Amino acid sequence: MIPSPDDRFSPESERLLRELTPQALGVLVRRFRDFSAAEDAVQEALIAAHSQWPRDGLPDNPRAWLIQVASRRMTDLERRNIARRRREATAAQLGYLNPRSSLDAGRDDTLILLFLCCHPALTPPSAIALTLRAVGGLTTAEIASAFLVPEPTMAQRIARAKQTIKASGVGFHMPGTDERDERLRLVLHVLYLIFNEGYTASSGPELLRSDLSAEAIRLARVLHRLLPDDGEVAGLLALMLLTDARRAARSGPDGELIPLTKQDRSLWNAAQIAEGAALLAATLPKGAAGAYQLQAAIAALHDEAARVEDTDWPQILALYDLLDRLSGDAPSGNPMVSLNRAVAVAMVEGPSAGLDLLDALAADPRLTANHRLYAVRAHLLELSGDREGAVAHYRAAAERTASLPERNYLVAQAARLL
Amino acid sequence: MKYILMMNCPKTGYDTFGSWPKEDIQAHIAFMHNFNKKLQADGEFVLAEGLATPHEAKLVRAGKAGQPITDGAFAETKEYLAGFWIVDVVSTERAYALAAAASAAPGPGGAPLNMPIEVRQVMCGAPEEFV
Repeated sequence: MIPSPDDRFSPESERLLRELTPQALGVLVRRFRDFSAAEDAVQEALIAAHSQWPRDGLPDNPRAWLIQVASRRMTDLERRNIARRRREATAAQLGYLNPRSSLDAGRDDTLILLFLCCHPALTPPSAIALTLRAVGGLTTAEIASAFLVPEPTMAQRIARAKQTIKASGVGFHMPGTDERDERLRLVLHVLYLIFNEGYTASSGPELLRSDLSAEAIRLARVLHRLLPDDGEVAGLLALMLLTDARRAARSGPDGELIPLTKQDRSLWNAAQIAEGAALLAATLPKGAAGAYQLQAAIAALHDEAARVEDTDWPQILALYDLLDRLSGDAPSGNPMVSLNRAVAVAMVEGPSAGLDLLDALAADPRLTANHRLYAVRAHLLELSGDREGAVAHYRAAAERTASLPERNYLVAQAARLL
Repeated sequence: MKYILMMNCPKTGYDTFGSWPKEDIQAHIAFMHNFNKKLQADGEFVLAEGLATPHEAKLVRAGKAGQPITDGAFAETKEYLAGFWIVDVVSTERAYALAAAASAAPGPGGAPLNMPIEVRQVMCGAPEEFV
């Protein structure tokens, strides 16, 4: 978990706090009908917990403690807002004496909060920040350091996000059935982005970066518990587990990238692979698989190959075919899926078949200048024995990537062939 | 995505800034102050620094024993880096828009300076999928 401001805060307390945050927030939003203020109050209660729990010990009922402290903060706020709201404040004071009254609402509240924080009116960075704070129970300081921005910047981003939600006029309730699928898709996308942030954040403490992936996995687990029958929720959780399982093998001692084909597979996390594969096994037979399930299935095939030469490429290609069909043709389709499919085609039918596909893909304006197109072409040219062409394309890819470790990797690939 | 916006300034700019009318200097400083405040309010601010006058700028290289060997200052250089921002924004277009806003900082008589601002992406960590 992300280190708390107080080092003595135990991982168990941290886990508990994360679990309870959305529940406490749900109770407060129901009671006070003001998401923005309630969220601030819960944040203050979290900070209070970080300083008081290590000193005074874990409260007998941590959930009630959080709700009580946050309610008190809310009441203070309300008091300052004078007579207009006096009645509600009084009601709140009475209410927090019995914080267990809304226990049953806790599960749904977490889901409603996720829908709210991943609101379509928010930009991805805003939705990510708000989700981590309101549902994930991270403090603003922790989110700011994970994203390497100053704390006031992150605080503003979160405040803006809450204003946007307020202005959109949505209340604290479950989206209607007509929009629920679309809204769930957004929630999954935001969790996916948080997971990826664990990889892609620029320099800064490694610990914080990988913990974003851990937090995304935790949130996906929560979502899977709430919606156990949703195949894509299970698929996303499986995809995260199966991808994260390779973390220890993914980079060398100096942070240099190690591609899948060169990784020491004994470093892969077998328990995580087993868990991801079991999730998939339980989900795939249920019917039409969505994009996350298919990607997870591809990740599983890679993970389950004991040696790189054992990789079941025909099966991976079949899955990419499904994924490609699912994502549709250009311009609506996902060009990265088509690009990965070209690699699978090359592995099954030989590099020239893959290269032919790349020629067709290069016309897609989203790929024309994309470094991945150059990197894949370089790789396939190398497989086909065209060293000179491979060197030129590795270099072209290196020039175009915004990732520092990837740039270094691509430059080294070119140098290796000289 | 993080971008660095590098504000280049002709050397004459450094030399003449001090001889602008007082109100114009104040207007310029107020503009920069508000620009930074707006970046912070919009949740896009990472870092902003102005650099000291280049008159005393030195180039430093390591000598044979690793000791610093300084060269310069170079009075003849035409342009200097006057300051920079690092911003965290949703798109390249947004970074360009911010750079254009900074470029139009007021100069003498309140006219926009339209300074050249070099915009470059700050590199990020490992890519999300690397197969």
